Amino acid sequence: MTEWLTRLGEYLSYPFVQSALIVGVLIALCSALLGVTLVLRRFSFIGDGLSHTAFGALAVAAVLHLTDRMLLVLPVTVLCAVLLLRTGKNKKTSGDASVAMLSVGAMALGYLLLNLFPASGNVAGDVCSSLFGSTSILTLSRTEVVLCIVLSVLVLAAFVLLYRRLFAVTFDAAFAEASGVNVGLYNLLIAVISAVIIVLAMNLVGSLLVSALLIFPALSAMRVYRSFLGVTVCAGILSVVCTVLGLLASILFDTPVGATVVAADVLAYFVFALIGRLKKN
Amino acid sequence: MAQIVCEDLALGYEGKTVLSHLTFSVEAGDYLCIVGENGSGKTTLMKTLLGLRRPLSGAVRFGDGVKKNEIGYLPQQTAVQRDFPASVREIVLSGCVGRCRTPFYGKKERAVAEEQIERLGLAPLRDRCYRELSGGQQQRVLLARALCATQKLLLLDEPVAGLDPKMTEEMYAIVEELNRRHGITVLMITHDLSAARRYATHVLHIGGEIFFGTREEYLARGKEGDDRD
Repeated sequence: MTEWLTRLGEYLSYPFVQSALIVGVLIALCSALLGVTLVLRRFSFIGDGLSHTAFGALAVAAVLHLTDRMLLVLPVTVLCAVLLLRTGKNKKTSGDASVAMLSVGAMALGYLLLNLFPASGNVAGDVCSSLFGSTSILTLSRTEVVLCIVLSVLVLAAFVLLYRRLFAVTFDAAFAEASGVNVGLYNLLIAVISAVIIVLAMNLVGSLLVSALLIFPALSAMRVYRSFLGVTVCAGILSVVCTVLGLLASILFDTPVGATVVAADVLAYFVFALIGRLKKN
Repeated sequence: MAQIVCEDLALGYEGKTVLSHLTFSVEAGDYLCIVGENGSGKTTLMKTLLGLRRPLSGAVRFGDGVKKNEIGYLPQQTAVQRDFPASVREIVLSGCVGRCRTPFYGKKERAVAEEQIERLGLAPLRDRCYRELSGGQQQRVLLARALCATQKLLLLDEPVAGLDPKMTEEMYAIVEELNRRHGITVLMITHDLSAARRYATHVLHIGGEIFFGTREEYLARGKEGDDRD
């Protein structure tokens, strides 16, 4: 035990571990807050679709040998989010079908590009790291760290300031619209924020596991809490705790970061489900 | 002047007219039931009254102190709401969303919400979770929320859909009290013709032949129709 603590202390003194923890906590908080809205509005699949799109963009960035990949991935994913929201209104292709089309299309294209123009000698390794995150959170460039922090703080500020309207739109879009809230604008905002958070969270857990970061804390919190505020706050705290524990465990036991964080989230879900059941009885 | 005046309204979407030559007005304290078959344009009319949709032609005018966005709206329940984790208090308070300009609800909004909670007998349920309530209780919560938005005019979209007979009676009694005792104007979209005959002061029938008149006129017209059959 003491040996672990000494090792942990040693790791924590490295600047890259410190920035990984800061960025991880912020991303975890943002994704959990957004997740509550996404889950309640039955938009979970949009998160999944966008993360796959982001993988495609990431592959393009890798092929182009960009050092700050987020500068390309972010705008592309935001654009896709806006497009998806638009096509949701178009009756020719239903919302979930267009999300599915875009996500598998981007995945295939991304993998194809990586194989046609290999950025390094280890294509399989590259693909695996963008899908499952591996160590990306520990190898962020300085620009990416700053970008992550700035964007997370912006997202958090938006959540706090718009909480009231976000609740109204999430619970009942028709009523909110009749009360003069610009529901279309808020949907757009939610789509853009989703895209931003997904791109940020990909650094932590990789594009295949991003959805887990969005939905697990929200679903766990809903098992126990009965008010929107309770669910939101609990999801945020739970997500941060799971991420910190997962990050530290992955450093200590040399396991993949993303998978460890998500495993912690899954474990927390079962614990919360149990608490919820006990509370009911 | 009337609270709502609709003049020669034509409604529809994508260039398709669903409803035309619709003229009616609503005075303060009226209880108007809007009846008509499915697809006759009830929902479109409602959205137009709420200002969510523009009429193809004609105009909706508000008067007598009622402003646009000052309609207390009770929409039909959605699947999302049935298992929504929110307390009764949170939902009622969200009725103030249109009137509050600051990021958070202030004392004034909380007082308004509390008043509506008391008025609809929801005080004991204040901290309960919405999804754990019965269908009738949920409708009462949504009605309290609508009353946070206005004290003058309620627009109810099939308020008794999915309620059992006992809850249905309860809901009608509450709406009647709000109308008769508190003088709140009620516009109710309903399939329930018996309710229209019992509670309404005015009836608007759309789809096929448009009829607008008092309850008595509607009843007389119904008799004529029966005689003809």
